[in-house]
Amino acid sequence: MAAARRGYEGIVVAAPVTVPYARYSIRSAHWFCGRALAGLIGAAGLEKEDIDGFCVSSFNLYPDSAVGLMQHLGLSPRWLDHIPMGGASGAVALRRAARAVQAGDAEIVALIGADTNHVDSFRRTIATFSQFANDAVYPYGAGGPNASFAFLTDRYMREYGARREDFGRLCIAQRENALPVPHAMMKRPLTMEQYLNARPIAEPLRLFDCVMPCAGAEACLVTSEDRARTLGVPYASILATVERHNAFPDDPIQYRGGWALDIDELYGQAGVGPDDVDLFQAYDDYPVICFMQIEDLGFCAKGEAPAFVRERDLTVGGDFPFNTSGGQLSAGQAGAGGGFIGLVETLRQLTGETHGNRVEGARHGLVSCFGMIVYDRGLCTSAAILGRADA
Amino acid sequence: MTTKLPPPVRKDPTRRTRLPTRPPGNRSREAHGLTAMAAAGRFALQTCADCGAVQYPPRQICGRCLGDRLEWRDAARGGTLLAETTLAHSNDLFFRDRLPWRLGVVEADAGPSMVAHLAEDCVAGERVRLALGIDRAGNAVVTASPETPAPNPEDDRQLREMAFDPKDRRVLIVDGKTELGLALARAFADAGARQIYVGHAQPWRKSPDLEAARGIDNATLFPLDVTDTDSVEELAATIGDKVEIMVNNAYHLRMGGAVGRMDLNTAHDEMAIHYHGLLRLAGHFGPVMRARGADGAHGAAAWVNVLSAYAWVNNPALGTYSASQAAALSLSQCLRAELAEGGVRVVNAFLGPIEDEWHQLAPPPKLDPAAAARRIVAGLSRGVEDLPIGAVAEEILARWAENPKEIERGIGL
Repeated sequence: MAAARRGYEGIVVAAPVTVPYARYSIRSAHWFCGRALAGLIGAAGLEKEDIDGFCVSSFNLYPDSAVGLMQHLGLSPRWLDHIPMGGASGAVALRRAARAVQAGDAEIVALIGADTNHVDSFRRTIATFSQFANDAVYPYGAGGPNASFAFLTDRYMREYGARREDFGRLCIAQRENALPVPHAMMKRPLTMEQYLNARPIAEPLRLFDCVMPCAGAEACLVTSEDRARTLGVPYASILATVERHNAFPDDPIQYRGGWALDIDELYGQAGVGPDDVDLFQAYDDYPVICFMQIEDLGFCAKGEAPAFVRERDLTVGGDFPFNTSGGQLSAGQAGAGGGFIGLVETLRQLTGETHGNRVEGARHGLVSCFGMIVYDRGLCTSAAILGRADA
Repeated sequence: MTTKLPPPVRKDPTRRTRLPTRPPGNRSREAHGLTAMAAAGRFALQTCADCGAVQYPPRQICGRCLGDRLEWRDAARGGTLLAETTLAHSNDLFFRDRLPWRLGVVEADAGPSMVAHLAEDCVAGERVRLALGIDRAGNAVVTASPETPAPNPEDDRQLREMAFDPKDRRVLIVDGKTELGLALARAFADAGARQIYVGHAQPWRKSPDLEAARGIDNATLFPLDVTDTDSVEELAATIGDKVEIMVNNAYHLRMGGAVGRMDLNTAHDEMAIHYHGLLRLAGHFGPVMRARGADGAHGAAAWVNVLSAYAWVNNPALGTYSASQAAALSLSQCLRAELAEGGVRVVNAFLGPIEDEWHQLAPPPKLDPAAAARRIVAGLSRGVEDLPIGAVAEEILARWAENPKEIERGIGL
């Protein structure tokens, strides 16, 4: 039997920062990292030298890695990590940084997910995404993630009887959540008619099923509760985290993610269950993956997410507050920043620093992340449960 | 049933010709193992010699047992189409020109799930038959067709990009004065070629084969001497912009090796026809074919070299002939790389001895020219790249692959 995992007592997350998104930018990923770091320092009242741990996730730093970025930004951290897990990076960065602080290897860790989006950079990123993608996916129509998620959506619809309206319900609720958020790229409400009749991208996916690539950054700090108190910044506690890679390799096509393996450990470590979750930020580059997260993280049984979203209200004021800043589907996908959007929004909700509407009385927030379709399925999953500091 | 391919229409000269583009061509070394299987018309996947697990996409380490003895073995061709999509958007110029484009995920009976180009009649949830094709960039791709073939699979809009079915295409057969030349003209006519241009050299020499070719529907005869630059240039200026499949079947077979060869005239003629002839054709027909690689559903598609299996290994009884064939084979690789820029494929057919006057001293089995021609046309339709024709050629290529030194010592008439 595996040794019991330590908790994250005394470790907190603070200082939610979003570098405003832009559809296209002439700035580099380094610029977005730098602006995020400046935002963190400003939010927490720190000097740059106080940051002694740094953890970054970005697709566009090449040819640099985190190391080159340190010289670029003039930082001399004693703990450095670079997480190449795209959309799954946020909760993974959180748990690594938390352990570093807990062990005393670093005191204040900056977590940054940032990317730029030049006019041609998205195409270049997906054209060289992985060896398996180069060899066995990209030459087949070069649809990128749209095609991969179209397969998963098509299969899910056939297997579980989901209809496009079910996915639409989720997208429309998220858009409503996004409307008061200043940096969200999508500014107008979405109607079911617009959703259903949007132009096809990769059937069954249409325009509003697909996340819009953009430039931007999401960031926060991980430090000790004592240090956060000294700084006088609002913070949230870390109740549990999990990560998993290449789960269920024998499934012929993806209909579940690693969360289904790790759900008991996640809730067990947190000491709460799905019923105690007051808000849920799920990775949402396409709605089908939200359905899988709702199922795999215990809110309903496999295949029942379509009925679940029909019965529940996913807006901030509803009975299942979901992607409360609008998620990537409404805010845009800032590359690897998309792996941090849920973490940063959960933090805002629990500390009251929201840009949009706040879920009243929320004590527990669940954030789950998903990333890296290297061949036919997303390989990385992660999740974390955060608690309000006084909860 | 596959939507019928619209018949070719006369080209509007005021409209711009679509420039050739290529699908994404960046492949790993391991993935080119798949290209080798596709080139030979096989459906083979990496199989672990230690644990038997079938792997896809290609790799260097077994994903089950971590063994590194991954062998290319023929795999079950069946599968089930789990999911599909029709792309209305692509990030690549080649596909943007060809949208909508339909793809699927097939759970192969062999084990892995495979992303595949779909034939029109594939239905999600139903059985399909998998194959390896070669795309316009020259790399292997997986295709799926219905388990029960559609009545007219050669019309499939998407799979036509991975094969070179002669239907509605215009073909130049370089030498109509041989039995094989006549047989090729007949086979292409049977396969629905729209025009068959038949070349003929040496006007002083009568040929019953050419006379017979004259009677084939849609066949037109043109003077063409591949040893004469002016002749090649003149024909290229006349029909070069119409040739969609080039069949270079010019051949000159004489017996004899190197030792004691005092007179180089025969060897010179062999090189002039097999090597310099190919070079002249490439020089004059190559540019316009390459430029027309994307010129609609009937654009330039393939260049077929009819070579001898002795291009692979010298048969001393036909020593200088074999050497000239080896030179042509080498040049064909150059041609393949250059025509690939336009998405035009080079297919090499490797023949054993044919039942014709020049192979009098070769023992059987000898190829019936009509059967050889049908095999060449069928190989084109399947999109195969290396096409051994007949038992002798198949044996030579198999022995060459197994042990080149053995066949070098063991070969003979």
